[in-house]
Amino acid sequence: MDERTTLRQKALWWIAGAAVLIYALFPVAWIVSLSFKSAADLGNRQFLPADAVLDNYEMILVGDAQTLFLSALRNSIGIAVIATFLAVLLSTFCAYAIARLEFPGKKVILTTALAVAIFPVISIVTPLFNLWRHIGLYDTWPGVIIPYLSLTLPISIWTLSAFFRQIPWELEQAAQVDGATTWQAFRRVIVPLATPGVFTTAIISFFIAWNDFVYGISLTSTEAARPVPAALAFFTGASQFEDPAGAIAAAAVIVTIPVVVLVLLFQRRIVSGLTQGAVKG
Amino acid sequence: MAAITMRNVVKQYGDGFPAVNDINLDIADGEFVILVGPSGCGKSTLLRMIVGLEDITSGDLFIGDTRVNEKAPRDRNLAMVFQNYALYPHLTVFENIAFPLRLQKLDDAEIERRVHGAAELLELVEHLGRKPANLSGGQRQRVAMGRAIVRQAQAFLFDEPLSNLDAKLRGQMRTEIARLQKRLGITTVYVTHDQVEAMTLGDRVAVLRKGILQQVASPRELYREPVNLFVAGFIGSPPMNFIPAVVSAGELNTPFGAMRLPDSRSPELDGKDIVLLGARPESFDDAAIVSDAVRDHGVTFEANIDVIEWLGNEQYAYVPYEAPDDIRDQLADLERELDSEALRTQLVVGLDTASQIAENSTASLWLDLRQVHVFDPVSGFNMTARDVNVDESAGATAV
Ligand SMILES: Nc1ncnc2c1ncn2[C@@H]1O[C@H](COP(=O)(O)OP(=O)(O)OP(=O)(O)O)[C@@H](O)[C@H]1O
Ligand SMILES: [Mg+2]
Repeated sequence: MDERTTLRQKALWWIAGAAVLIYALFPVAWIVSLSFKSAADLGNRQFLPADAVLDNYEMILVGDAQTLFLSALRNSIGIAVIATFLAVLLSTFCAYAIARLEFPGKKVILTTALAVAIFPVISIVTPLFNLWRHIGLYDTWPGVIIPYLSLTLPISIWTLSAFFRQIPWELEQAAQVDGATTWQAFRRVIVPLATPGVFTTAIISFFIAWNDFVYGISLTSTEAARPVPAALAFFTGASQFEDPAGAIAAAAVIVTIPVVVLVLLFQRRIVSGLTQGAVKG
Repeated sequence: MAAITMRNVVKQYGDGFPAVNDINLDIADGEFVILVGPSGCGKSTLLRMIVGLEDITSGDLFIGDTRVNEKAPRDRNLAMVFQNYALYPHLTVFENIAFPLRLQKLDDAEIERRVHGAAELLELVEHLGRKPANLSGGQRQRVAMGRAIVRQAQAFLFDEPLSNLDAKLRGQMRTEIARLQKRLGITTVYVTHDQVEAMTLGDRVAVLRKGILQQVASPRELYREPVNLFVAGFIGSPPMNFIPAVVSAGELNTPFGAMRLPDSRSPELDGKDIVLLGARPESFDDAAIVSDAVRDHGVTFEANIDVIEWLGNEQYAYVPYEAPDDIRDQLADLERELDSEALRTQLVVGLDTASQIAENSTASLWLDLRQVHVFDPVSGFNMTARDVNVDESAGATAV
């Protein structure tokens, strides 16, 4: 009886899992397939390319679109990394204070962070555009990084403070009784426990910065600061009448690679349940 | 190893609540002292002040001859087992136990040797490579113990280390701790809720109530000569019976008839209208089987037996009775404070297992008056305790 239900449950889980996987991965597979199609092949109404070619990759990496794409890639990586680093640094301090200290205005900080996150991007982008042009931040890296922080900081503060609240802080005291200085207790006990949360937050905010389109396209005008998602919109086919879908697909595949690498790299760092077993109950 | 001395130690938390109030306690070098009291009475607070995790509001704390009030925990060199173990989840059992040694920067061979020694003692050898999350409660508890005993600390502090274990494991660990402490001879302060741990483990037991030290004495003395109602009710299971008695002309009128106490148990009753008689369950017996040699030392009375509990090696009879309202309220208050919840005024009477008394019957019971205590219901003091005043100063244990 028991075994039968678990077997059936297992089967159901597998089916549901497969359905979700197909649903999520199908568009990705499509784009990959699209990126290997030749210009003539684009409209062939088939999933697989008739003849897999590297034309599209050639075009964006060494061909006509090279300058457009590679500079965009450089901008994207630089901007996303800096925005992530700043967001994690600031939100770590902020979340630590929220989790550990009692101070007036704690609630205000959290609600403000949430309010900022709720505020629709599209409604501030126009005033920002005007302001940036006046003070010379338009089409510069800081001009994009600063608005990205408004996207990444709130979510970072929220995830990190939720994470920090779960850390058994008594361990710091246990370490002190065991003979550690305040700094040793922090470095040997608290830091290892907090790292997974910090990495998780870093990945989330990197994705947000990496994927943004609205700020990217509105606050830049040249290759000086334009990130990849915005640059994709400027791709043209070989001639004006040719569909740039193949090149866009190839670019999309390339910009997905860092994300996948990042996740694979840090996956082992995000060990869930690392705080288990510290205290009884 | 060192003695621990507390002089007028007070702890007030931020909200002004005095969690620990004016404690004086001398713990000798190598002594095993138990700290008991109901939940929230300040046991953990006291322990955390000793170890240095909680500031001392006023008073002095000495370890050995040094005043340590302002010293950081790491400079006090005390080992503590926390109420919730506090293991490091990211470290293996080996590294958990080795943690204090690594901080002392011992060389690897020495660490290896000491950790293995502790692990063998605590039967953790086969778990050394595992993480705390994968251990059972008892194993975690032993890891916490291991972390405490690997270092050569001046004293051990235990905060209810066995409270989460099942009865069997608790029994095992209890003897293990007693053996360990004897072997190492290290000064130990041990907080517990458990009657058995309190009575069996320590050289002396300190009873705490609402942050105030009630009595510090050997388990035997605590049981036989409790200084007040609280200690009398707290120590012993089932607890002591408290019977209201009206004082009249040298006699005490109780719901079970008049009683005349022997000279050894007769305190000064002048000016008292009502007192509480305290009698432990084992001071009673079935009148039918009391030997004639001792019968005269007690009083025999008729009582309605409500329920009988037979436990094999002992049996208890329950005798409900009526008491004046104000006395009943006071007894109810006391019981609430002691975490017990007797719903009615009743006697719990210990009977010899040979007794044939049946449930729902009227039987003749005998009470040994040589073992009765007389309490002042207003102050709660035990008027029969051998010289309360001397007790107070003996062993530097103030009430
Ligand atoms: N950080 C704190 N701030 C304010 N009051 C506190 C704090 N910690 C404890 N208290 C109060 O101090 C009193 C004693 O607490 P303590 O933890 O010492 O009790 P305990 O005897 O260890 O109880 P238990 O047996 O439940 O562990 C309690 O009334 C508690 O409410
Ligand atoms: Mg406690």
